[in-house]
Amino acid sequence: MLYREAGDFKSTYSSDNQTFPIRGDRYAYWVALGFAFLVVPFFLGDYWANSIVIPFLIYVIAALGLNLLIGYCGQLSLGTAAFMAVGAYATFKLTTSFPGLNIYIVFLLSGLVTAGVGVLFGLPSLKIKGFYLAVATLAAQFFLIWLFTRQGWFFNYSSTGMIGMPERSMFGIIITGAAASSTAVYMTCLIFVVGMAWLARNLTRGTLGRTWMATRDMDIAAEIIGVNPMISKLSAFAVSSFFVGVSGALMFGVYLGAAEAGEAFSINKSFLVLFMVIIGGLGSILGSFLGAAFLVGLPVLLKLLLVDLMGWPADLARHFEVMVIGALIVIVLILEPHGIAALWRTIKDKLRLWPFPH
Amino acid sequence: MSETVLFAFEAALNGLTVGIMYSLVALGFVLIFKASGIFNFAQGVMALFAALTLVGFMTGQVPFSHLINAALGTNIHHFGFTLPALLAIPMTVAVMVGMAWLIERLVLKHLVNQEPIILFMATIGLAYFLEGLGDIMWGAEVKPLDVGLPQGGNIWFEENTQWLGFGNENFWGFYIDTLNLYALVIAAVLVTFLVIFSQYTKQGRALRAVADDHQAALSVGISLRFIWVLTWSIAGIVALVAGIMWGSKSGVQFSLSLIALKALPVLILGGFTSIPGAIIGGLMIGVGEKLFDFFMQPIIGGATENWFAYMLALVFLLVRPQGLFGEKIIERV
Repeated sequence: MLYREAGDFKSTYSSDNQTFPIRGDRYAYWVALGFAFLVVPFFLGDYWANSIVIPFLIYVIAALGLNLLIGYCGQLSLGTAAFMAVGAYATFKLTTSFPGLNIYIVFLLSGLVTAGVGVLFGLPSLKIKGFYLAVATLAAQFFLIWLFTRQGWFFNYSSTGMIGMPERSMFGIIITGAAASSTAVYMTCLIFVVGMAWLARNLTRGTLGRTWMATRDMDIAAEIIGVNPMISKLSAFAVSSFFVGVSGALMFGVYLGAAEAGEAFSINKSFLVLFMVIIGGLGSILGSFLGAAFLVGLPVLLKLLLVDLMGWPADLARHFEVMVIGALIVIVLILEPHGIAALWRTIKDKLRLWPFPH
Repeated sequence: MSETVLFAFEAALNGLTVGIMYSLVALGFVLIFKASGIFNFAQGVMALFAALTLVGFMTGQVPFSHLINAALGTNIHHFGFTLPALLAIPMTVAVMVGMAWLIERLVLKHLVNQEPIILFMATIGLAYFLEGLGDIMWGAEVKPLDVGLPQGGNIWFEENTQWLGFGNENFWGFYIDTLNLYALVIAAVLVTFLVIFSQYTKQGRALRAVADDHQAALSVGISLRFIWVLTWSIAGIVALVAGIMWGSKSGVQFSLSLIALKALPVLILGGFTSIPGAIIGGLMIGVGEKLFDFFMQPIIGGATENWFAYMLALVFLLVRPQGLFGEKIIERV
């Protein structure tokens, strides 16, 4: 009753093929978009922006990227944080080497650089899969982080070994650096998230996405029906790394402002993004949003509950959080292997019939 | 002999002993992988958890004391007595067996017939859970662990290798930790024990039957669930041994579980299904990374140990994906 699919007639192919064929979905999408662009910027406080909203938006991009790789193409990667670091360091090198370059273009270029690195480390996927591939991507994680912390060229030989983002602006609005307002940062992240999600959604609907899914479901069978495994797997690595790279670039450029590879992009971050994808739902765009929201929100919520309300020491709360996340992963895998997104699907089924369940 | 050669030798020797540690962790991986086809990412954290529990028992810590203090406002931390290692170790073994049973009950039972990759991710979740649990139960600070194993360099070994310098004044004989020599012996004993167990006992044969073919093993009346508890218990005990060795060397701390990550490339090198492969792979990685660091440090900088093992595994995967001793991977549609 509340969520109706019937009575929504299509008279052209293009309207039948649109992203949200159901009217209710479409309206919800436009309302959410309007809310994010027109309402949120005016009410966004610094605390909310910095502790929840901006990390959420940045992690959404990373989770989307990893979801394309794991959920759509079936290639497990544990090197997400390293690819984020590639994006971050590419941004640093590009902004310091070409100060005149538009900052948005820098972010996109960083994504492209990461895509190249991703393809390089995706090469083993042509021969191996499953957890063999996971170990191969661990090589990317440890090697790249070592490169960024030990080789001076990457951090311009700064004495601290850290990279810092210089101030950049667009249309006269400061976007990066300490002087940037949280609204400007929010809008930047939002524009990238919307663009990237649109790209991800349409890629997965098209030929490329279908070859990925064929590879995921059974790579040998896919090869037999004419899917080129090399193109399929490497393109998945390239696109996924592009997303992750842009996410890393934003993480460093607009959110952290200064970073050190070993600390900001450690293997724990790889796992965090992996968990977002698992909890949110493998092979679902919506799932990436839900997973990122959940895992960004959970620590804030737990801290609020345990530290501020119940007066626990902060480190105890952090250990508790690790434990809860681990337990959640196991529970989600047991009860709902397709994550929160599948839960949403169930809710839709219920809403469709409500209030007459039969 | 020239100094470089001697120092390279010493580096290799030390690598050999570090490699034993990797082998010990890898051994746990192999056991579980063989019996259940599960790639147990939590093996390293299990080693950490076992070592933490052992220290907790030995020093008479109150479990969850931080949690209790925070919740009730009390200030308890120790029972006020200490236990000898001989008593604490069996208690820890009991805890590990109990944990194996719980894992089978709460996790594995529900994930039968899932894809290996799902099971793998479940063990990552398990690793996080155990890490958090260990910290909450016993506290997160670095703890010294002393179960009576000797510490420091081995004088005897140093004196008896001094002649290798052939009059070179800068050479005082090879330095080697006594503890590492013990680790070598213990690893050898452990492997012998496991081999005897799996070859000559009834349960060991059942274990191998399950490893060979789940369905066939079920049909001849082997309880899969019992076997799983058994393997996870053995893996827990192997984890305890690894935890004791590593904990005696550098204290019980979180980095233990990172060391365990290095068991993954060890497995790739040795093959996922081979016990000797785990041992030899561990030694190769240990020696390889020390020698690589020794020779490459002047050229590309230090700390290459962080990634050398993984890169070696990566190269190895491209040439021989099944590892040195693993069974050939055959895929059927």
